[in-house]
Amino acid sequence: MNPFDYERATDAAGAVTSVAARPGATFLAGGTNLVDHLKLGITSPELLVDISHLPLTTIEEEADGALVIGANVRNADLAAHPLVRSRHPVLSRALLSGASGQLRNLATTGGNLLQRTRCVYFQDVTTPCNKRVPGSGCSAIGGHTEQHAILGASEHCVAVHPSDMAVALAALDAEVLFLGPDGPGSVTVEELHRLPGDAPEQDTVLDPGHLITAIRIPAPAPGARSTYRKARERSSFAFALVSLAAETVVEDGVIARARLALGGVAHKPWRAHRAEEVLRGAPATTETFTAAAEAELDHARPLEGNAFKVPMARTMMIAALEELTGEDA
Amino acid sequence: MESKLALTVDGEEHAIVVDNRTTLLDALRDHLGSTAPKKGCDHGQCGSCTVLEDDRRVTTCLSLAVAHDGASIVTASGLSGDDGLHPMQQAFIDQDAFQCGYCTPGQICSAIGMLAEAADGSPSFVTDDLAEAPSLTDAEIRERLSGNLCRCGAYVNIVAAVKQAAEEGTA
Repeated sequence: MNPFDYERATDAAGAVTSVAARPGATFLAGGTNLVDHLKLGITSPELLVDISHLPLTTIEEEADGALVIGANVRNADLAAHPLVRSRHPVLSRALLSGASGQLRNLATTGGNLLQRTRCVYFQDVTTPCNKRVPGSGCSAIGGHTEQHAILGASEHCVAVHPSDMAVALAALDAEVLFLGPDGPGSVTVEELHRLPGDAPEQDTVLDPGHLITAIRIPAPAPGARSTYRKARERSSFAFALVSLAAETVVEDGVIARARLALGGVAHKPWRAHRAEEVLRGAPATTETFTAAAEAELDHARPLEGNAFKVPMARTMMIAALEELTGEDA
Repeated sequence: MESKLALTVDGEEHAIVVDNRTTLLDALRDHLGSTAPKKGCDHGQCGSCTVLEDDRRVTTCLSLAVAHDGASIVTASGLSGDDGLHPMQQAFIDQDAFQCGYCTPGQICSAIGMLAEAADGSPSFVTDDLAEAPSLTDAEIRERLSGNLCRCGAYVNIVAAVKQAAEEGTA
């Protein structure tokens, strides 16, 4: 690990100024991903600006019923919050499916969004990786691809985004509020993460000096039900092979609204717009759910080792929709 | 590139100077001689370095010490009081919940933190109804302690020990 300077931020604007002013500076929040990367040699910042003590720790309800969640709210506290549990169970369950109890006590909302892929080649500095060293090649392509993307990948990178929370937030049309050198800004969670294209080193559309300050989740529609499903190699404390955030509103047996996002399948939380289009206005039947899943997964391009993710995602979508729309739901 | 910081560990205040790269775990073990938290994986995956920071269970290997300046930490060594072992420690002995003992300090701190979370009504991934206060079934205990690995495989007895301590109301 290379030496670095440390600065404890006392206000958000000062933190942004510090990071924007110095190339090689980066924000430190809970540390559960960044400190690991320092040890592994994946990144070597010259300055860490510690924003973990900024009071971005509140969960507030706006007049229209939206929830505004401070960037430093710990994953454990967000999952356990009564308003999140009652209105957005998909978010509670997604958070609770990730990491472990002691890590969720450290990890923050902003940091969870900005965590980087767990692709084993990205994390092994002895192997080429376009995300870690642009232009060095992709070791995953032609390597072990069980964990990798089936949607939206490129010839330069097939890594997947590891967050569960972000998958739920993408389905909920959440918005990321940030502060940059030019003032505040916002971007939807769906727009926050990029597909790899020819620049897989860029995970998100934010610049290094952009500090996430909060996320905003619009109020749920009346009658909305939501859930989160996750398939993984062991039943706890593992990243998703495939996960699904799903929310539906059913009126008189017809799907009035459906929002779906897949995790573990792409470089970003994969909002399943094609499936949603099939679902909207259609009868809530297994035939509809199957057609919706297939509309989305027709675009899947699995690699040699991960073709299993396609039927896994299809089955998960159908089962979750049956659960959410069933009579005893 | 060093920093001066204050840590309260098991009730004792310390002022130390550490390289900014020092993790909280290394500060505890190598600078303060507090060797109850163990270095297993050093990547947040095994839980053997778990302590209670401001009464919450946290891993210490993925935290920089400098970022925890001013923290109050209780390790497994600081759990016992004038009247003997902490009930969770006693339960681990009563239920034969360890073999080699390496993961045990982390298991015990994690279990104490976990019981407090459950008592606060925090759900887990296996909680069926997020609106209800969870009850500590075996499945709940296993899920909530999945961040602590035991390579001796003492899990069955660890669950029994946590149940014993929970029934004694020691959260």
